[in-house]
Order: sequence, then C-alpha cells, then structure tokens
Amino acid sequence: MAAIDVSGLAVSYGPVRAVADVSFAVAAGETVVLLGPNGAGKTTTVEALEGYRRPAAGQVRVLGLDPVADARALRPRIGVMPQAGGVHPGIRPLEALRLFASYYPAPLEPAALLERVGLTHRVRSSWRQLSGGEQQRLSLALALVGRPEVAFLDEPTAGIDLEGRQAVRSLVAGLRADGVSVLMTTHDLEEAERTADRIVIVDRGRVVADGTPAELLAAGPAATTFSFSAPVGLDRAKLGEALGAPVEVVEAGRYQVSTAPTPAAVAALTAWLAEHDLPLGDLAAGRRRLEDVFLRLTEGDR
Amino acid sequence: MTAFAAQLRVELLLTARRGETLLLVLGIPLLLLVFFSSVDVLALPAGIDDPVDFLAPGVLALAVLSTGMVQTAIGTAFERQYGVLKRLGVTPLGRPRLLAAKITAILAVEVVQVAVLTVAALALGWDPSVQAGAALAAVVLGTAAFGGLGLLIAGRLRGETTLAAANGLYLVLLLLGGMVFPLAELPGALRSIAELLPAAALADILQAASTGGGTAADRSWWVLAAWAVAAPVAAALTFRWE
Repeated sequence: MAAIDVSGLAVSYGPVRAVADVSFAVAAGETVVLLGPNGAGKTTTVEALEGYRRPAAGQVRVLGLDPVADARALRPRIGVMPQAGGVHPGIRPLEALRLFASYYPAPLEPAALLERVGLTHRVRSSWRQLSGGEQQRLSLALALVGRPEVAFLDEPTAGIDLEGRQAVRSLVAGLRADGVSVLMTTHDLEEAERTADRIVIVDRGRVVADGTPAELLAAGPAATTFSFSAPVGLDRAKLGEALGAPVEVVEAGRYQVSTAPTPAAVAALTAWLAEHDLPLGDLAAGRRRLEDVFLRLTEGDR
Repeated sequence: MTAFAAQLRVELLLTARRGETLLLVLGIPLLLLVFFSSVDVLALPAGIDDPVDFLAPGVLALAVLSTGMVQTAIGTAFERQYGVLKRLGVTPLGRPRLLAAKITAILAVEVVQVAVLTVAALALGWDPSVQAGAALAAVVLGTAAFGGLGLLIAGRLRGETTLAAANGLYLVLLLLGGMVFPLAELPGALRSIAELLPAAALADILQAASTGGGTAADRSWWVLAAWAVAAPVAAALTFRWE
C-alpha cells in the first residue's frame, strides 16, 4: 500500500480552483518533493492530505485512510510542518516540544530532539526571539516529535540560512533512513534535486512531470555549456582558442564555456590550466539543467 | 504527562508570562478596589455605608469579566492569527481536550483572582456574609457568558482588531456593570440597557450574595443565564479556526 495516494484531486476556494487535477503516489519510506512556482497548488494539495481541505473531486488517502473522515485514526500517525510556524510566540523550544510530545503515544525524547536540531543553546528563548532559521528547525522538530509514519513538510527551507538548511536536510535524510514517508513542498530546485527520491512538478493545479531527478533530467535538453572556477583574470582569448569555444566571465573567478561538456572539452580545459600552472576550483556541467526542465514545463505557454 | 495536563500547564505558563495579562486581571481590579475604598468619592447604593462592601463583589465580577472575556478574546484571536489553532488541528490533541484545558486555565486564573482580591478586600475592612452557592453559580454562569463573548469577538476578527474591541467592550461593561459605579446613578434609558447586560447581572448577584440576607433580582439570574447560553452558542456557530 502506498503511504500517500492522490488521484484526480481538485480543490476549490469558492470560485477559485486552486488544484485542478493532481494525481501521484508516495511509496512507504519514499521522499517525494512537490515542486512548482508560487500559487501552483502545492500547499493546497498538502492541506487536502492533512485533512484541512475537502476535495471538490478525486480522492486522497494517507496510510489508506481518508484524512477527513478518518482524522482521529490518522492524526497520531502523521507529522505536519506548516508553512507559517503555527507556534505560540511566547513558548520556549523545549516547552513546545514537550507539549507536542504529550499529544502522541510514543514520542521522541524532547531534549534529545532539541539537540538534534541544534537548539539546545536557545532553550531560554521564546519562539518570537528565535531567528527565522531557528524557528524553521523547531517547527520541523515539532512535526517529528510524535514519530510519524508520514511527514508533511511545507517549504521547510524557505527563508532559512545555510546552516539551518543543512540541519533540515540531515533531518530529512534521517527520516528516509528510518523508513518515514515524506512529502515536502519547495520552489527551490536545488533543494528538490538534493532531497527527493522523486519529484512531482505541479503548475497551475496540475501535475506536469513526475519522476526521479535523473529521469527528469534525461527528459530535458542536453547541456550546451559548462562552467568552472579559476583565478581571476585568466586569458580568456587564449583559452577560448584552445577550447574552440568562447569563454565568458559569469562572476569574479567563475567562467562559462559555450560548448557541450564533452570529455574532450573538459580534457582540453584541464590541459590548458596545467600548462599555465593554474588551479581549478570546481567544474560544473549541466548543473542548471533541472531548472531548464522546470522552466520549460511550467512556463511553456505563458 | 497527559495531553490535557500538558496543555493546561502551557496555557497557564503563557498566561503568567504576559505582563499585560497580569495588569488586566489583577492590577486593574486591585487598583479600583483599593483606590475607591480609600478615597471617598464614590456614590454608594442605598443601604451600604462602607464603600468596600459595594466594591469587593463588584471587582470580583470585574475579575470574571477580564479573564473570561478579554483574556479569552485576545489570546484566542492571536493564536488563530499565528496559526496555532490550525496547527493543533492536525495533532491528536483534538478540540474537546483543547477547550477543556483552556476552560480549566480560565477557572484556575479566577481562583487566583478571587483569592487575591478577597484578601485585599478583607484587609480593607470588608465584612461579608457569603452565600457561597449563589456566588459560585453566578461566577460559573458569568465565565460562560463572558468566555462566549470573548470567543464571539475572536472568532472572526484579527488579533489587533480583537484587542481593541475586547478592551472597548470591557470598558463599556465596567461603566455599565454596576461594579464600581452603582446602576442607580445611571440615567433611566441607559440603566434599562445596562440591566440587560451580563456584567450588571453578575455584579448584582455577587453583591446580593455577599451582603447578609440579600437577594438578587430574578431578572439578574435570567439575564446572566441567557447570556451564558446564547454567547457560547453564537461563538460556536461563527467561530473560524483559521
């Protein structure tokens, strides 16, 4: 049985159809990312699965249960991280975790979880005194303290600093290791690519693509450029001659070569750098291709 | 700890942590009690000589008004606005236990208020002969009426709007409640309106229940009971959780 099953879902707010036709499934233990521009219907889809919204058409099941009709049976088994924190501004991290732990039959140890999200030093601060990233991490911890079988994370890395982002990533990776099914929304491509077993791209209330990151990339156009970092001010004209393609500066110390990243082109680049005794920082080929897929799918007819 | 006990603990903790709450539920009633008991500027109802005998039951009614209505309204409106209620909605806590914890927290605050204000009033020379049953029944009905009013306000309005509306209504009910200023001092039309409000009804019952052999008007009981039913029902029908 799939952990989450959505078929033909439509949700309306009065006359506005927020979700028109969404179908996808999340297998047990799988991490699936709903990816799409703002207003695509990601949050509405997740809220239908959490039991907040009644489908106007179609059917949603979580662990085989109807999120509205079987809410009492389902709630102890899911964890929800809403987009807006939903935490009392005066409460302190450990108080909030202990409170949420009390709702569930077999919760995680609140103090240990607080340490895992790196907030032990903030134990005396209230929610309103935490930074955006700290709030996100606490909010995630609150979604996980009940040991859910299915976790819904709505934009867990929105507005969060790099450190917080890494903490969130490692927690989500830990969920996968524990066999928890995760449905996460984001509009951040890199986040989706790093985190997801599978990506479902949603646009204007419909699914426009569904597959592993590799499958989605294979369906996209082949890369026609690659980029690398090297010392500022290298001789681009000479390098361009060696590569047989123009070299442009993307930003200080970062260059882009306008040719496909073939083994021959990459070999020519490294040979030229070796000849001039220049270090190569990093080399990125096709790094932005998921963005190409995404833009083609979501903006094709705009 | 059970979910109910944990929720109750947090509700009380958050209440105690808000300075403005303490000012409203204890500071203002205490100030009115001490000031008007000591400074002889107040008109008194017929048959009462010592201001504290009139004021003590009045500020107890005011305490119920402040906790039941103002605190409930403001706390709930901001919890709704911050998405706290929405988030709780998908946990196993459930509405019945959340409401039970919130009601118990209100009653607990009222117990503290009654204790503090009673001790202060006794120190100021209050010499009541209490009809405990009537007083307790009136406080419970008053809490239901004012709590219902608070939820009615908070159920639809934003936090800031609720803050203003609840404080405004608090002042109106204080002035028209016979708590600090006797109803007899009001002009006839205003007095007729005031007598139909839950504040005056509660104050009237508490005053009668603390002066030896006093009996509240039947009308006060009917008015208070009607509000105690109508306000929560109206709140339940109109309340929006998010």
